[in-house]
Amino acid sequence: MTITVKSFPRLAEAANALSSERAAHFFGGGTLIMRAVNEADPNVQTIVRSTDPLLLHIGVSSGRIDLGAGVTMAAILAERELSFLHPVARAVGGPAVREAATVGGNLFAHSPYGDFAAALLALDATVALAGGFGQREQPLEEFLSHRERRQAVVAMVAFKRPLPDSFRFSKVTRVHPKGISVLSISAQVPSASGRVTGARIAYGAMAPMPVRAKAAERALEGRALDAAGIAPALAVAADGTSPADDAIASAWWRREILPVHLRRLLLGAAA
Amino acid sequence: MKTPIQFILNGEEVAAFVESGSNLLDTLRESVGDLSVKGGCWQGTCGTCTVLIDGVPRVSCVTLAETCAGKSIETTAGLRRGPDLHPLQTAFMERFAAQCGYCTPGMLMAAKALLDRNPNPTRADVVDAICGNICRCTGYEPIIEAVLDAAHGDARHRA
Repeated sequence: MTITVKSFPRLAEAANALSSERAAHFFGGGTLIMRAVNEADPNVQTIVRSTDPLLLHIGVSSGRIDLGAGVTMAAILAERELSFLHPVARAVGGPAVREAATVGGNLFAHSPYGDFAAALLALDATVALAGGFGQREQPLEEFLSHRERRQAVVAMVAFKRPLPDSFRFSKVTRVHPKGISVLSISAQVPSASGRVTGARIAYGAMAPMPVRAKAAERALEGRALDAAGIAPALAVAADGTSPADDAIASAWWRREILPVHLRRLLLGAAA
Repeated sequence: MKTPIQFILNGEEVAAFVESGSNLLDTLRESVGDLSVKGGCWQGTCGTCTVLIDGVPRVSCVTLAETCAGKSIETTAGLRRGPDLHPLQTAFMERFAAQCGYCTPGMLMAAKALLDRNPNPTRADVVDAICGNICRCTGYEPIIEAVLDAAHGDARHRA
């Protein structure tokens, strides 16, 4: 099968090209698209890429973080200001994959991949999309629910910088130090006067795409981050999840161990 | 449709015509003739096709060849200097780290990327550097020891 590769200096031009062909796919770092090309996936006939420097932009300020969709996991690991995201970026593949895997690409990774997207969900990220309509932003949660419609290009993700020590991440794997997720948990748990306020928790590999633990979030509200305080959240930890049976783990096992790892994450590694 | 690309392979300029959409692994093996790069999974999962592009490790099977135009690519074919093996190759041989040999090209390049950046790695650094490379013999220990030997020198490490 012949593949056509179209390269554009500006993201808007790439977005136009993407929307004009049904079997066109946007090329981020290649870890998803090239795999499909190697498998002769008939749904991939045209690869659209862009060398727009906007895609590689990392904007760090005291209040807001902007990550271009083409920013790689390696670039995140090289940015000291993004240290709270380092455990997440390091969980994506080995060094050679991290040099290619991008923020934007991770939003399209199917379970059990996509741990970085789950982290962005916990961080309440928005997605900037470029398309024939120009550029618009939408919440990541909304974007994920429509992600299979590739009529627009992800240009950037943005989110508020989390308060110090309020963001936590845990990935459970069978192979160490690097393995595919049994599950991952990202949690942003700000607190005031020792009580959780406005928690956001997201899971990777617990549904076909990253999913929020809304019941657990509600149960944490106003509670202390101690064993008694988090107990109601643990009781509803698996609500709203629909994990898969796959070669890594069964759905039953994922549900069983989820509260255990959520407990460890919320109470700290020593718990 | 074939696309012309030029890049530097192990210090020498090469030019090739590649099928549009080709991955770098197939390009190196079939268009350039560098058979030192091995294919394993063609999914970016096993790491055996690891090469260095501008000094950083990349899995060549999921690297679009056209994105490598003008770049410097290193493979295991470029490791030895004349009659001398690279210290990593020597250490792999002495530690019997090659075993079945399937993962060896990727392991060597992943290790070279580490040592080029960090000549004095810890064991944890080595484990992280090769964590994307699967050894089908599950013989990671001699590989880790070989990388440490190459970095620190045989006698010093064993002492």
